[in-house]
Amino acid sequence: MGTTSSQLNKNDLSEYQELTFLTKQEILLAHKRFTELQSKEQKGVLHLRVPMEKIHSLPELKSNPFRKRICQVFSTSEDKDGSLTFEDFLDLLSAFSDSATIEIKSHYAFRIFDFDDDGTLGYGDLEKLVNCLTIPEDKQKDTEETGLTREEMKQLITNILDESDIDKDGTVNLSEFQHVISRSPDFVSSFKIVL
Amino acid sequence: MARSVNFDLNHPLIEYGLESPADEEGVHDSFNQLIAEQSQNEEMFDTFDQGPLGRRELDKEHQDFVYTSSPPHTFREREPDRGEYELEEYGEQTDPLIPERWSSDTLKILSSMPSRTIGRNRGAIISQYCNKTLQLRRRRQSKPADRVFSRSSRPSIRAYDLEADTTDSESRDLTKQDQLVNNLQNLSASDRERMLRGMPLCLTVKKKLRELASQKEKQTRSSSRINCCSHFKLCIIKSWYTWSSFIHSRQMWKVPLKRVSGRFGTGVLSYFLFLKTLLFFNVFLFLVMGTFLVLPQAVYPPEVPANRRSFSGLELLTGAGYFSDTVMYYGYYCNYTLHRNYNSSTQAWSTVKLPSYNMPLAYFFTIGMAFFITCIILVYSMSKSFGQSFRIDKSYSILAIKTFCSWDFRVIKKNSIKLLSENICTQLKELLGELKPKHGRNPWLERLRRLMVHCLAWLMCVAVTTGCVIGIYYFSDYMHIENQKQGAAQEASLLALPVLVSLINLLLPGLFNFAAWVEDYISPSVRTYVGLSRNLMLKVSVLGVLCYHWLGRIATDGTDYIKCWESFVGQELYRFLIVDFIFTLLDTLFGELLWRLFSDKILKRQRKPEFDIAKNVLDLIYGQTLAWLGVLFSPLLPAVQILKLLLLFYIKMSSVMMNCQAPRRPYRVSQMTTIFITLLCFPSFLGSSVCVTYAMWSIKPSESCGPFRRLQTMLKAGKQWMKQLAEENASLSPLASAHAYLVENPLFLFVGAGIFLIVIYFHSQVLDGQRKIITLLQEHIKNEGEDKKFLITRLQSIHEQKRPSARKLTNQDSTELQEDKPQFSNYYGSSTSG
Repeated sequence: MGTTSSQLNKNDLSEYQELTFLTKQEILLAHKRFTELQSKEQKGVLHLRVPMEKIHSLPELKSNPFRKRICQVFSTSEDKDGSLTFEDFLDLLSAFSDSATIEIKSHYAFRIFDFDDDGTLGYGDLEKLVNCLTIPEDKQKDTEETGLTREEMKQLITNILDESDIDKDGTVNLSEFQHVISRSPDFVSSFKIVL
Repeated sequence: MARSVNFDLNHPLIEYGLESPADEEGVHDSFNQLIAEQSQNEEMFDTFDQGPLGRRELDKEHQDFVYTSSPPHTFREREPDRGEYELEEYGEQTDPLIPERWSSDTLKILSSMPSRTIGRNRGAIISQYCNKTLQLRRRRQSKPADRVFSRSSRPSIRAYDLEADTTDSESRDLTKQDQLVNNLQNLSASDRERMLRGMPLCLTVKKKLRELASQKEKQTRSSSRINCCSHFKLCIIKSWYTWSSFIHSRQMWKVPLKRVSGRFGTGVLSYFLFLKTLLFFNVFLFLVMGTFLVLPQAVYPPEVPANRRSFSGLELLTGAGYFSDTVMYYGYYCNYTLHRNYNSSTQAWSTVKLPSYNMPLAYFFTIGMAFFITCIILVYSMSKSFGQSFRIDKSYSILAIKTFCSWDFRVIKKNSIKLLSENICTQLKELLGELKPKHGRNPWLERLRRLMVHCLAWLMCVAVTTGCVIGIYYFSDYMHIENQKQGAAQEASLLALPVLVSLINLLLPGLFNFAAWVEDYISPSVRTYVGLSRNLMLKVSVLGVLCYHWLGRIATDGTDYIKCWESFVGQELYRFLIVDFIFTLLDTLFGELLWRLFSDKILKRQRKPEFDIAKNVLDLIYGQTLAWLGVLFSPLLPAVQILKLLLLFYIKMSSVMMNCQAPRRPYRVSQMTTIFITLLCFPSFLGSSVCVTYAMWSIKPSESCGPFRRLQTMLKAGKQWMKQLAEENASLSPLASAHAYLVENPLFLFVGAGIFLIVIYFHSQVLDGQRKIITLLQEHIKNEGEDKKFLITRLQSIHEQKRPSARKLTNQDSTELQEDKPQFSNYYGSSTSG
């Protein structure tokens, strides 16, 4: 790892360590993996963006049904194409790391599940979420028969809203979402991506 | 208060005769200024003390307004078009603010409400964290009385950024950011770091904030003296980082664990993590025993008996023979003080003042301390895991949890992901099916039949367990007498008892599984718990009988067939450990590998066997109990256990990867982990420590071997030492009496237990109170939600009425909305944190 770690200067490294939940080793590993994803011209220039498709080639994200959302949420790109800089990539890993707090994790989970980016989980978001959860990706396109039926979907979403929408405004907002999450201790252990 | 003015706008102005909308803008602005000032200098704090009071007045007015002057038909008018929205067919509980109903302006405001912006907007996050830092700052600086105010006045302090009027939202963001930076500076370095790290912002922004914060700090620091305390703290933090990253880099089995989690998810992973925890406990025990007992004794070995047997190979299984006169067992340790020029022929308590090592005392205190520290670690991890997995708020929201939390992001293998989504789908379907009303036929008869089946199954399990236990009881007695007759000639016959016990441990769980299958439990969790309790019953009773056999029969055996009963018991435990390991291997081979081949090749089934997490974890706990039991009699037993666990890890890992597939049933990881840690603590550790304490407290150690020979009980070693100390040095006699008082007097124990119980009682009372508060707050939130709904409906109706001047009005109403909203989120926040 000698050549790659030399590119990441020491100040940056300690700064990243301070601002993320990652350890030094994890940051170095992330750096190595990130430079592998970069194209030849970009090599080593960390503020250049790696397109979303490249990020998706990581085995950790390859089959994840939420990978597109994950990239979009963590991307700081102005044209919202889901491309990541190295710092965005670190943000992603930090949120999914072992030591990240439940607040951070639930915040990002909320944003990942908020498909239309309107700040709340509405009917449409929940429907998309349930589809992502229940229908394997290769079948998503041809039929919807594999997942829940229309009736079931309606009932499911009504029930979810009934259970979690405390202020009864028809959508699940961040605090309501976090409330639900706080009651599921397994969330922290399953909301993890390790390089 | 100026804020109450907002309400009047909805009505003919004559009623209150107050400001015109233009003035209202002014009020709004000045209010904002006030906020800015407020959060910058805390001295102005008391100006806001009236905050809550004013608020209450406002609420009253609000209510009057609702009941007297709100036209009820505004709600009714909407009823006819409700049917158009498919969602609402399902009942009135979803009478939400469906977006489609609103005009674009209202929608804009809706989307800029703080509760919604916080999930996506950077400005909103910054403003939220601005408040958080402010709170933290106050908490650190001021008396508790101030904190109460800071809480109650939070809604008014909170500045709102409105995206609807984009004109100054950017500048407001900037001032917010300044405030945040300002707040951050005033925090201590570690707090600031934690705050920054916990912000859900992108790294670039965080970097900027950090830079700004440290820049200003430098300016202020150059004028003031450097705080050496915080500098020291910073140093500690830095060194902690390097240290923790060092530990992290040495993390064991990172790659295999990742592979397992990538394929099977967190459930199977928890088994391996549990194994790792056990390994840690054993390494700890081994280190303690190694440094304080084994190493000193190995450096100064006692005389080896003349008729020492040579190594034959069978020892690896039986632990007897060659091993019996080594540091492995209790009998080898000497009962004198070790020092350099010891003359072994005198064998007396030495009075020479050289660096010396009192072996009996060391033995006694090492065992005691090791158990004590293990106990503390266990109880600590148990309480922590209880806190994580059993929250006080037990409201029923299983579908929401399932949907939001069931995706396992660790799973990365394509097939496993497919399986995972299929599982989630079936689980959701099952849950939905349960919601529908059931048309049970003849429920009473059905219930009676079930009850009968359960009773029969339990009866059978208890009977079989009792039979096995009685069998072990007589068999152990028989073997004991047989061995006595034959002498120690046939080492292999010693293995009969462990093989029998392991066989029972292997076969009976299968029977229990069969019983559970016959019973056909509806709920999978009940099934797991029933299986667990049956297995536990078996293991506890088997171990109980064995303990009786060792401590009751062998230890007090008058015949001199066994010269050193402690060593013998140590050997027995060694044998049990080894045979248990061998049987686990056989189980893995036959139960997993051959079964997989069988079902694959002959039955031509696609499904591989599932990895039974609960059974495997119970096996681990059983092995660990043996290891804890044996520490006293064989100080090196933890080393054997470490070896066993290491091998087991790799064998189980490869077996799981090769033969198994992810469990179909949902597995509640943290809850099960909590239960397993509790089991490890309660019957396993507590039971073994009771046995060890009993052995030390009231059984006479053997006459001719071990560190406690010629003593009445092992406990006497400490007493004797105390006496000696008191004789040598009169000033230490209070210590001796304190020792006598603390160790031998039961009153101390009673008082300790009493205090402990009282503390537990208080805690449970506090918990009850918190539960009540939570329900109150939940009701409050519901009311706030109603208010919000009402306000938005009003907003919409006004918007429709005054289309030309709509723009202005929405702005005004939105300030009103926002004043309402933060209070909601405030209470909300405290309810979740409670």
